[in-house]
Amino acid sequence: MIQVRWHGRGGQGSFTIARLLGAAAVLQEGKNALAFPTFGPERRGAPVLGFTKISDEKIHDRSEVQSCDYVVVLDETLVDENTVKGLLSDGCILINTKNPQRYREMFDCKVIGIDATEIALKHIGLPITNTAMLGALIAESKMLKIESVKAVIATEMRANLVEKNHAALMAAYQQIKGEQS
Amino acid sequence: MKSNLKFVSGDEAVALGVRLARPHVISAYPITPQTIVVERLADFVEDGSLKAEYMHVESEHSAMAAAMGVSSVGARAFTATSSQGLLHMAECVHYASGARFPIVMMNANRSIAVPWSIYGDQRDSLGLLDSGWIQVYVEDAQEALDMMIQAYKVAEHPEVMTPFMVNLDGFVLTHTYEPVEVPDQKQVDDFLPMYQSTNKMSMDEPKSLCFSTSPADNQEFKYMQHKAMEGSVDIIREVDAEFGQVFGRYYHGMTESYRCEDAEAVLMTLGSVTGTVRTVVDMLRAEGHKVGVFKIRYMRPFPQDEVKELGKLGSRVGVLEKNISFGNEGTVFTNVNSVFSTLEKRVESKNYVGGLGGRDITKEDIRGIFMDLLSKEPFTERVEFIGMGCDTNE
Repeated sequence: MIQVRWHGRGGQGSFTIARLLGAAAVLQEGKNALAFPTFGPERRGAPVLGFTKISDEKIHDRSEVQSCDYVVVLDETLVDENTVKGLLSDGCILINTKNPQRYREMFDCKVIGIDATEIALKHIGLPITNTAMLGALIAESKMLKIESVKAVIATEMRANLVEKNHAALMAAYQQIKGEQS
Repeated sequence: MKSNLKFVSGDEAVALGVRLARPHVISAYPITPQTIVVERLADFVEDGSLKAEYMHVESEHSAMAAAMGVSSVGARAFTATSSQGLLHMAECVHYASGARFPIVMMNANRSIAVPWSIYGDQRDSLGLLDSGWIQVYVEDAQEALDMMIQAYKVAEHPEVMTPFMVNLDGFVLTHTYEPVEVPDQKQVDDFLPMYQSTNKMSMDEPKSLCFSTSPADNQEFKYMQHKAMEGSVDIIREVDAEFGQVFGRYYHGMTESYRCEDAEAVLMTLGSVTGTVRTVVDMLRAEGHKVGVFKIRYMRPFPQDEVKELGKLGSRVGVLEKNISFGNEGTVFTNVNSVFSTLEKRVESKNYVGGLGGRDITKEDIRGIFMDLLSKEPFTERVEFIGMGCDTNE
């Protein structure tokens, strides 16, 4: 089982992206998945978490997520020492930032930094970074094929948003891929 | 990939199931965490994919009153609620079952104030156990969708004619997205024909509905209601078996027993926590512990035969519930022990109360319960609140 925890603020699409990742795993790759937000009232601007669990088997466990393989942060103003709580020792944190070095000094684990805000502003015209961060996560983790994610963006998002989000997804994906090679 | 596979929340799965059941009227009043159900149904009526009348009423009391009006002319009614909303409609909930209106209602299980809380436990529906409604508790979104279809078939059966409440744990099920197969409409239409009833207002066959009685007759009506509910056990089993044959998913009728056959300790559950307990059972089995989980699906009618059979296995039995009847014990526990009391050999049982007001029931909590049951020590207390203390996670 792979577990991803998404950190964002209400309105930034952190739960939407948790759900799209689950949908891609289920509808495109025949895996099992659960996706859910922090339970409770929805408030724009408030810190929220999204969770995606992906497995080859049916997922029965409904208890709160205690540990995760990946932490993805859409809004770096949320980062503090607790952000990596429960992250497994071989796990990785992906942060939307212009200054990844700062977090490499802060955390012992693997840190991937990407300026997703710039990518989103360029391709979407809004600082909505969820699809860019998903592109970075797929490049880093290889948990799903990038085509699977593109396919669910095409079917789940409003028609006028699909092309823009594909562009943001792929820009971040290619950037992290490029850094790996 | 199956073309009918979707990735939806429990609330959305309920709405998809209701659409397949083709109710004539939906009377709706939103309440967290049920709201998405009535929102999606409003979308379906708006986009024409569900040909139904959508009544946005002014309260839950009115939602159930409207559903009774719908059912009283022989039409199929749906409504959904949660928590304080269910309590607000309580007068009409009893009314609907006494009038023998086979209304189907989804209830998102949520805590009861005070303290005010929108999070889940099962004190709302268990508080209405005596209201004359069939009550089922589901474990996942697929079961939720499937039960919307089964619910109408059971409720509208001429020998049952009893309203039906489908319970989903708030948030844990209502707001979690997961894979759900959506059955084919044609197959559902064949499985669930249109509602036919003589219990309706009709110019051709005038009769009085929702009437008064004197003490000379009242008790006989209550007796008939009781016998119909008792008899619904057979119909529930038949409908579930037929559903399994048609759609390939069978839920084992009144209860589902998992790895209980040779178990020294069995934990009884209601709703979504069953899945977490399954996970712990598999972990403990791998370590060599003989444990099992017994999922109670129906609280009314109560699964007397199945609970009795479980009691005969000789395991120590825990009952885990998100409920407490203050000053006594959990109501599920009371019901289970009532059945155990009919057995020759006494069953050692203990009540574990947890998950109140949305408190997480962890795998460690469940492991602890099993270790308590597996120890041969006599129980020091009859009712134990699990997971107590401040939540130090955040």
